[in-house]
Amino acid sequence: MTADPRDELTEHLGALRAFALSLTRNSATADDLVQDTLIKAWSNIEKFNAGSNMRAWLFTILRNTFYSLRRKRKREVEDADGSLALALASKPDHDGRLNMRDFMQAFEKLPDTQREALILVGAGGFSYEEAAETCGVAVGTIKSRVGRARASLADLLSLQDDEALELTDSVTAGILSNGPVN
Amino acid sequence: MAKQKNIHRVPREADHIDRSLKHAFDELAAEPLPERFTDLLEQLRKAELHKKDIQ
Repeated sequence: MTADPRDELTEHLGALRAFALSLTRNSATADDLVQDTLIKAWSNIEKFNAGSNMRAWLFTILRNTFYSLRRKRKREVEDADGSLALALASKPDHDGRLNMRDFMQAFEKLPDTQREALILVGAGGFSYEEAAETCGVAVGTIKSRVGRARASLADLLSLQDDEALELTDSVTAGILSNGPVN
Repeated sequence: MAKQKNIHRVPREADHIDRSLKHAFDELAAEPLPERFTDLLEQLRKAELHKKDIQ
């Protein structure tokens, strides 16, 4: 008897919700989006290739649902309520990290395409290839969007790129220099 | 065996941005989930079982 891949859905709920929040910037819309994604994933589970990356598959469904919904109800879906910044407002800052509220407020100002690219590659651990497949664009386009997103954030946050760091953290280094670490 | 260092030279601003983003994403992903999601999955599972029963 083979395991039902639907049993794995629960493991990705948190990441799905975080991705939905990063796209919608509205907690109520994000939760609706996650719910729609779960229903679609459940009813189309036969389209999921067992053994492949379920998170990437779910993120693709969620993203497509988001843009489909936004085309239908442009105003509502774009009604950002600062959920990202609010969700992190009470979190303490850590060494080497920016003030989270300031950071997320700047992040929310990025265009959708740049926000999703940076979330997938920079935070979600997606390879450029996986991110490109999820977003339905070329790998070069994703790289360009990630680069522009970082540059915009640096500008918004008035960061100075006057020196370089030598990192020993393989995950962060991989994200920043050569793409994600698989 | 000593762990081999994976040293990369990266801009300080990009380091701050990606660390902050990863931190934010992980914090959001770890937030308590609304019960509606687990309730929904339970409903879908029950519906699936019911569908199999009547087939």
